[in-house]
Amino acid sequence: MDRKVVVPGDLLSEEAKRSGEGTYVKNGSVYSLLYGLANFRDKINVIPLAGKYMPAPGDNVIGVVKDITFSNWIVDINSPYDGLLHISEFPVRIESEEMSKYLRVGSSIMTRIADVDPTMKVELTLNDKKLGPIKTGQVIEISHTRVPRLIGKGGSMISMLKKEANCNIFVGQNGRIWIHGSAEDMDLALRTITLIEKEAHTNGLTDRIVDFLKKEKGARS
Amino acid sequence: MIAMDESDISFFKDGLRLDGRRADQLRPIKIEVGVLARADGSCYIEMGGNKVIAAVYGPREVHPRHLQEATRAIVRYRYNMASFSVEDRKRPGPDRRSQELSKVSREALEPVILTNFFPRSVIDVFIEVLQADAGTRTAGINAAAVALADAGIPMKSMISSCAAGKVADTIVLDPMKEEDNFGQADLPIAMTPSGDITLLQMDGDLTRDEFKRAVEMAMHGAKDIYELQRAALVKKYSQMAEQPAREEVLVRD
Repeated sequence: MDRKVVVPGDLLSEEAKRSGEGTYVKNGSVYSLLYGLANFRDKINVIPLAGKYMPAPGDNVIGVVKDITFSNWIVDINSPYDGLLHISEFPVRIESEEMSKYLRVGSSIMTRIADVDPTMKVELTLNDKKLGPIKTGQVIEISHTRVPRLIGKGGSMISMLKKEANCNIFVGQNGRIWIHGSAEDMDLALRTITLIEKEAHTNGLTDRIVDFLKKEKGARS
Repeated sequence: MIAMDESDISFFKDGLRLDGRRADQLRPIKIEVGVLARADGSCYIEMGGNKVIAAVYGPREVHPRHLQEATRAIVRYRYNMASFSVEDRKRPGPDRRSQELSKVSREALEPVILTNFFPRSVIDVFIEVLQADAGTRTAGINAAAVALADAGIPMKSMISSCAAGKVADTIVLDPMKEEDNFGQADLPIAMTPSGDITLLQMDGDLTRDEFKRAVEMAMHGAKDIYELQRAALVKKYSQMAEQPAREEVLVRD
């Protein structure tokens, strides 16, 4: 795979149809919009090295309730925009007065972005078995730009990590990750994720992580 | 400061300037990316005697709320000189000059930032001048552009800024303090690498011909600065990529 560091305004291609994410077209040529890594495939995508999480419909995220209104929980989703979780999205029917019984200010939830409108009003939902309030385990935060690397191609990295570290893991696209397992297993998973975040931009990462996990587990037994 | 008459300073010695530069030569430049841990993007720049630090925050929620725009992000730019940045203590706080510089610098950067990607938010740019030696606005803009890129903010291109001046009837690039204080004209510009000018100011008098030459010279300088900005950003990435070399330390903490 052909990769290159680019800065905003760099000429990437003279074929307008190869314009992908993080690029723009001017006078039939493709330029970079971001400072990051350009991937030259059929389409040219530029992956940023930094930046804020922008909510997109269908993303799984982890949020923290920061306020309660008449019929909505206002949820911080680690983004410039707050998420709104409407009372009717809660799996069971609850009355407005009882909202704080189920989710208080400070509660963490695993949730999904249902819709984002052009003014960036973000609507959240809990309509899935794997979504819901977080009661056990721990939540860690990494840069959201590293999340694709943590998941790996077709989920290869994350499923390997779940199996090897013997943990239940929920990855939020906003860079928040929930880990649940025994204290020792959680510690291992946490250290592995930190390592993945640090080395997200290097090649052959999955193999190195497998080695790391083997070595760590060997040291333990 | 000793009272000096314009006529009794000589700006050139054996065809070179007081600091030994040729007329079309920049001062030495050093750029460092990501110097502040808390900021989303940051940059430290030295251009000759100027030492400037830039911090970028955002996009984030707008406070106070009434400044919010429904369809785009607003850009706030604060240029500030430290009280110790000049010989005579600078009275701290915003004044007429720094407000003007904040405005023109913001307008120099805004055209390349894709503000419509981030409705109802703000991108804050803070410029602190630690040491001033003529040309702090250009140093500030250069640092701000790098810090914006470092923060992952989408931009159509980078912005580079450089000044030209006129001393002893000669057009010079990147005037230093003496040339700025006792020279005949100062002309700072900011532009994209493709040559679109986003800032152009002039202080003093230039003939039509001199103006043309000064703009051309400043544009040349800005292009050289662009290469340095680019190199600084690329260098930051390669340093990040080198980190696996310290894997052993990292694992056994």
